[in-house]
Amino acid sequence: MEMINLTIDHKPVVVRKGTTVLKAASSIGIDIPSLCYMKLDDMNIENKPGGCRVCVVEIKGRRNLAPACCTEAAEGMEVNTHSIRVVNARRTVVELILSDHPADCLICAKSGNCELQNMATHLGIRQIHYQGEQSMYREDTSPAIIREINKCIMCRRCETMCNEVQTVGVLSAVNRGFQAVVAPAFEMNLDHSVCTYCGQCVAVCPTGALTEVDETGAVIRALSDPTKTVVVQTAPAVRAALGEEFGMPAGTLVTGKMVAALRRLGFDYVFDTDFAADLTILEEGTELLNRLSAFMEGDKNVKLPILTSCCPAWVKFFEHSFPELKDIPSTARSPQQMFGSIAKTYFADKIGVKRENLVVVSIMPCLAKKYESSRPEFSVNGNPDVDFALSTRELAHLINLGNIEFKTLPNEEFDKPLGESTGAAVIFGTTGGVIEAAVRTAYEIFTGKPLPRVDFEELRGMDGLRKATIDFNGTPINIGIAHGLGNARKLLEDIQAGNSEFHAIEIMSCPGGCIGGGGQPYHHGDAEILKKRQRAIYSEDKNKTLRKSHENPYITKLYEEFLGAPMSEKAHHLLHTKYFDRS
Amino acid sequence: MSKIKLSEKTIGIIQQVCSDFRNEGSELINVLHQVQGKLGYLPAEVQEVIAKELNISVAKVYGVVTFYSFFTMIPMGEHPISICMGTACYVRGSEQVLAEFKRQLSIEVGQSTADNKFSLNCLRCVGACGLAPVVMVGEKVYGRVSPQQVKNIIAEYKEGGASEAKTA
Repeated sequence: MEMINLTIDHKPVVVRKGTTVLKAASSIGIDIPSLCYMKLDDMNIENKPGGCRVCVVEIKGRRNLAPACCTEAAEGMEVNTHSIRVVNARRTVVELILSDHPADCLICAKSGNCELQNMATHLGIRQIHYQGEQSMYREDTSPAIIREINKCIMCRRCETMCNEVQTVGVLSAVNRGFQAVVAPAFEMNLDHSVCTYCGQCVAVCPTGALTEVDETGAVIRALSDPTKTVVVQTAPAVRAALGEEFGMPAGTLVTGKMVAALRRLGFDYVFDTDFAADLTILEEGTELLNRLSAFMEGDKNVKLPILTSCCPAWVKFFEHSFPELKDIPSTARSPQQMFGSIAKTYFADKIGVKRENLVVVSIMPCLAKKYESSRPEFSVNGNPDVDFALSTRELAHLINLGNIEFKTLPNEEFDKPLGESTGAAVIFGTTGGVIEAAVRTAYEIFTGKPLPRVDFEELRGMDGLRKATIDFNGTPINIGIAHGLGNARKLLEDIQAGNSEFHAIEIMSCPGGCIGGGGQPYHHGDAEILKKRQRAIYSEDKNKTLRKSHENPYITKLYEEFLGAPMSEKAHHLLHTKYFDRS
Repeated sequence: MSKIKLSEKTIGIIQQVCSDFRNEGSELINVLHQVQGKLGYLPAEVQEVIAKELNISVAKVYGVVTFYSFFTMIPMGEHPISICMGTACYVRGSEQVLAEFKRQLSIEVGQSTADNKFSLNCLRCVGACGLAPVVMVGEKVYGRVSPQQVKNIIAEYKEGGASEAKTA
């Protein structure tokens, strides 16, 4: 490995050949400010257009300033990151960006979390010396994402996520010069595009140009309506990230505090999506075993591999891009929708509340869940199974509005019956988790024997594509895992070509799975945060007494009292769905 | 996404151009150039076929079409007129030439005449600055054009007397 010697701000530094000046500087504690640049380590995600010019540095012997994010360190280089020339240039660049940016920080959804605002603060900008034309582009609202393009600084991070990582290809820079914007083809609105609402564009947007549809107001109205009974469900990935919104370190599990906060906000029943995740495993696991047995008995019509169907962005992705494969994914609804369906039938009957007076709110790490809950097949006579799907960030906002000091809250327990869950359900929040949960249950049903071990390390990790073979007591079951839709696309193309070796595949749209969802607290390009959330999820699983979905006593009771058996007619009606060709 | 409404023949033309460029996404600009040459313009449906053939996103195709002023999404007239607004042509009076074309044809830049005979556009430099100001009609180049000549240039095409002028 060739090494390069250079000095940055008079400090000598040795780096590998190919290292950028930006990275070399950060290795010796010099934090060169940057705006458009973003790198998520271990996930092969990098946005490096060199467009914003905030990271410019002075290099001795060069006439022009150089952008540190895309200038390679060279032998003998002498770099100055804060000469008067650099500081002036950097301030000018930021002032010019601000001169075409709405000055409505006080009321912007991104205020306090905006990288442009932080940059202006960091550089101590007190005056904008330039005045010119202002971009005037219409606002675009979809079921999940709002585009306020006047706040776009053309960093192109959203394009990297949409095109390179997700391969969805909705967003591209269009037009030229001052008129240039990032937009879908023909500048249509997002809801007319093939957007999956994965929300990864929102997750990386440095400003308020891309944000989620805020439904907190509607939830507050429901909570203050005496005629309504309001129940809430919380997705597994939320508890591993919500604490970050209140200044707690990444990876802090806040399950108990979250339950306490929701109770104080006035929800009548605080339930857990994890309950429905256990239910999903029973339905999806049974479907897997049915297909497997039919396949082994030589049934030519049976479709394998079976694909998981918990992720609404993934569902929309294959409906648009692989409609010919729409018979392959499991027909099981996602945990969010199973919960809504059971809450508005079984539970509503149990407490004697009419469907229309029961409001189901879900707290999700995801923006596509907003879209999913609005799909017409998930409603009865216009009344949706899930009324509102809030993101983790929106919940934090609600907690602040409720004057609740989150950090000092006691730990409380979920309500029964829809709040009981197993460790298998908790790991739904991370890549590899759904399939591990399915294996734990499917193994025991298939073999009729208890699992020799509960932890399947071979299914865990952060690699975008993973595979493992699990021995079902003599029958090898090949499992594939993909997170990020670009990785999913590779597995789907193999299936299309008839080259798939797998019996079952888990797919999650977001890098890292739901822990990296578009509705989670902003990670600002720090991939370590995702890994810490993942560790938190696995530790919650480890600390649970029950770790296999079929051991959840309330699930057993639900089948006994209401559903009959997995894949029964009633279960089919309430817990399964069908997919549409949207090509 | 709009459903494709193009004729089989048009789709065939586009597919042929794409395959001439080995259906490679990196050949997008060449493909757009040729397809516009054959069809006259690049409406949304055409861009969708190109995106599919080259296996790239429609947004990307649209991004390139809107970036280069050469590409157009509105049908050009039978005789597309382009006036160079590059620096050399501009300082030698292309603005007055443009104004005269607008007056004579009663259309604005980016529009076509009602009979679809002429359309009017600006471009930036055809590499003939020595002949400034430059006007192109189809692929024929007119140099040192004065506003007084505009009427005659139009007349050449009105009478169908410009058979040598190839239309795009």
